[in-house]
Amino acid sequence: MYHAAPRGGTMNIIKDNLRQYGLLIALVGIAIFFQVRTGGVIFLPNNITNLILQNSYILILAIGMTLVIVTGRIDLSVGSVVAFSGALSGVFIVEMGWPVWVAILICLVAGAVIGAFHGFLIAYINIPFFVVTLAGMLGFRGLTMIILDGRMIGPFPAQFQMMAAGFVPDFFNGSNFNITAVAVCALLCVLYIFSALRKRRIALKYGVTAMPIPFLIASIIIVTAAIALFGYWFGAANGIPNIVVLLGVLILIYTFLTNRTMMGRHIYACGSNAKASELSGVKTKQVVFWVYVSMGVLAALAGLVFTARLNAAMPRAGTGFELQAIAAAFIGGASPSGGVGKVTGAIIGAMVVGIITNGMSILGISLPAQQMVTGMVLLAAVIFDVVSKNNVLKLRNPFAR
Amino acid sequence: MDTLLEMKSITKRFDTVVALDNVNMAAVNGEIHAIVGENGAGKSTLMKVLSGVYPHGDYEGEVFYKGSLCRFRNIKDSEKSGIVIIHQELALIPYLSIAENIFMGHEQAKGGVINWRVTHQKTVKLLERIGLSENPNTLVIDIGVGKQQLVEIAKALAKKVEVLVLDEPTAALNEIESENLLNLMLELKKEGITCILISHKLNEVLKVADRITILRDGKTVETFANDGDADENRIIRGMVGRDIAHRFPPRETKPGEVLFEVKDWTVYHPDISDKKVIDNANLHVKRGEVVGIAGLMGAGRTELAMSLFGKAYGTKISGTIIKDGKPLALHNISQAIDNGIAYVTEDRKQFGLLLDETICRNISLANLKEVCKYLTVDEFKEKRVAEDYRSKIDIRARDVQQHAKNLSGGNQQKVVLGKWLFADPEVLILDEPTRGIDVGAKYEIYQIINQLAYEGKCVIVISSELPEVIGLSDRIYVMNEGRIIGELPKEEATQEAIMECIMQHQGGVR
Repeated sequence: MYHAAPRGGTMNIIKDNLRQYGLLIALVGIAIFFQVRTGGVIFLPNNITNLILQNSYILILAIGMTLVIVTGRIDLSVGSVVAFSGALSGVFIVEMGWPVWVAILICLVAGAVIGAFHGFLIAYINIPFFVVTLAGMLGFRGLTMIILDGRMIGPFPAQFQMMAAGFVPDFFNGSNFNITAVAVCALLCVLYIFSALRKRRIALKYGVTAMPIPFLIASIIIVTAAIALFGYWFGAANGIPNIVVLLGVLILIYTFLTNRTMMGRHIYACGSNAKASELSGVKTKQVVFWVYVSMGVLAALAGLVFTARLNAAMPRAGTGFELQAIAAAFIGGASPSGGVGKVTGAIIGAMVVGIITNGMSILGISLPAQQMVTGMVLLAAVIFDVVSKNNVLKLRNPFAR
Repeated sequence: MDTLLEMKSITKRFDTVVALDNVNMAAVNGEIHAIVGENGAGKSTLMKVLSGVYPHGDYEGEVFYKGSLCRFRNIKDSEKSGIVIIHQELALIPYLSIAENIFMGHEQAKGGVINWRVTHQKTVKLLERIGLSENPNTLVIDIGVGKQQLVEIAKALAKKVEVLVLDEPTAALNEIESENLLNLMLELKKEGITCILISHKLNEVLKVADRITILRDGKTVETFANDGDADENRIIRGMVGRDIAHRFPPRETKPGEVLFEVKDWTVYHPDISDKKVIDNANLHVKRGEVVGIAGLMGAGRTELAMSLFGKAYGTKISGTIIKDGKPLALHNISQAIDNGIAYVTEDRKQFGLLLDETICRNISLANLKEVCKYLTVDEFKEKRVAEDYRSKIDIRARDVQQHAKNLSGGNQQKVVLGKWLFADPEVLILDEPTRGIDVGAKYEIYQIINQLAYEGKCVIVISSELPEVIGLSDRIYVMNEGRIIGELPKEEATQEAIMECIMQHQGGVR
């Protein structure tokens, strides 16, 4: 029961992050597998850009869904909210001709209101989240169909389409290579190295276990290489997609929120043990409420991106997105029972599914087969989590029946 | 007198803790055999050995039933041979009918199809036998606790019970219901059923039991016949009699002025809104004083503490909390914490810890603001603070990044304490601070409590273990049925005095 103290914290740093590293390695492995099988199509710059654009709305949803799952809940309504937000944008922009930014703002506020409605019922009135968000899923799908009256609305002005289909312009006018993309990535590399070194310096100053030098160097090499690779891909294609900038900002905000802020701590605490958190002064109801508000806003945003990409608002848009987002979060290591899960994990989880689907499409494998594989990946990831957790439990409590 | 059931030199260990140490007990055919002892004396553990919850081989010693050695692997085995336990927490399913509950698990069925006619008939007969006039189709949720207890007995009877074990059967019952239950036990005895009764209520034990076995600290003290010589004093002496001189670190107490005061505190049950849980409680604590609250299970101690802690329990709360001469209006838990009140919960796994989180994050939880700069958590400062408390109260772990679930009970309790020490309260309420942890860790927690008193804080200790309350406290309040029924200074506080105080009020108010 009592653990003898091992030397140093190196093994523990590795152990604590095993799940994340494992998933990353799996992602790289899967990518290389398809790279070989498709004869080098996967890593073509245009395919990479395409891959990100195709999955962008799922990535946005997965970020919010991770937080919801960490509190031990889910949100089934997001697919319908995606459609609803798209329909609203179609009505305001195409039919009523309002300025794009006003319409976007209204859609995001609508998403927040929907999230607040769900969050209020779940957190303060104690209605089971499954019921509330299932009702939302049915209700907002219906509302979307009423608004669109069975039609598709489009096309949208170019300004709106830019959000999902545009690229950051090349300020340096590179002839057949986008220099801005390379410059931005170079800057990111420098920033990363700087922050990694700073973190280590502070850790040493406070006498806290720091990452040992070989690992620090290894992680710097891997991360900068990855950024450089993206620099090449975006540079060789059309540049940095606008959506990548948006995603980058969202990931940054949400990673900061979950890792560094009090609110983030409270979200994890609530999911880990709501009663204990409440008795420690955490306002658990508020936490759950705001997590649903954030989910609503992100769902509305995903709806705008999806609509802009397809250049049309459609009644059946976003069908099944909620399940894809939930799958991404689970594959990314979030625990269905709450308290565990990372935004970056969900992003990698969504990319794993994205690459598998993309690779199989290129290989000409049918859609049903793709779904089967996605299902198996999800199951395998969660089985891995549960089995590794159970082993720990068995060691801890030999009397557990 | 032929012995029906004999438990010989039973020893049961949990890791290093010895819960039962060479316990002997024998029940004669057709008697009511009472087992008494303090909380933690090993009564329930002994019954779990008997019923196969701890399977054969998981304990040392032998259990003989009807002359042959028992090798129960689980509860099903023991029930098959006629030994049935009725636990304190009833195991009925609220939304099923009485008949369905009685035959749960051994349905009157042929080929998987239930014969409702037979079920109904048999239920009617059983209910008649236990003297319960209810329709077999009534849902269990619609009858009171007292009747539910009877349904549990009917369920046992349906299983052809020969030895019926009742664990605190009257704890939740009122006088009349208790009376009925005891009479029923005497009826069953006439039918030849052997009963083993575990109870804190000594008057009930003396009323029905033929013989009494006393357990203390996991050991058998004695077994004696309930004849003219037996009275409550003899039992209490047997339950208590131990040397408690060196179990508690000495404290030079110098309580100062009154810091924390509660006046006319009344709380109603959160679900049953006309049920008073706390009735007009008054108490005060001085600076540097350790005050104990003693009482039986269900006396309202935890409810009192939680209602004081930012109304974490109960509805229609009335009364005043005064701290430092000023009345406090506490509407939620964070206000209570901000006003320097802390409540260390009873059940650390359910209500105290984030088991999946690190020690570090558990310690900082109640006072995150302290390690925050603007809105961001300064993780380095947080870790340093956690390391600080780890060495200060000696939490044995590899580092503060270790998850709380991997710690032993004593160390988990220290993490919870660390969390509240970091919140830096002036009034600290500790609810069962040493439950389920070993003697060494207990001592260390007592030392922490002494240190807090030395720093001039108010400490309120709730404990079901009387020696602990007496050993720790400068003054003791005795609670019973939601009311504070006595106040004893350290000099007068003996276990006999406290038990007497409780017994006098048992049933007296209703």
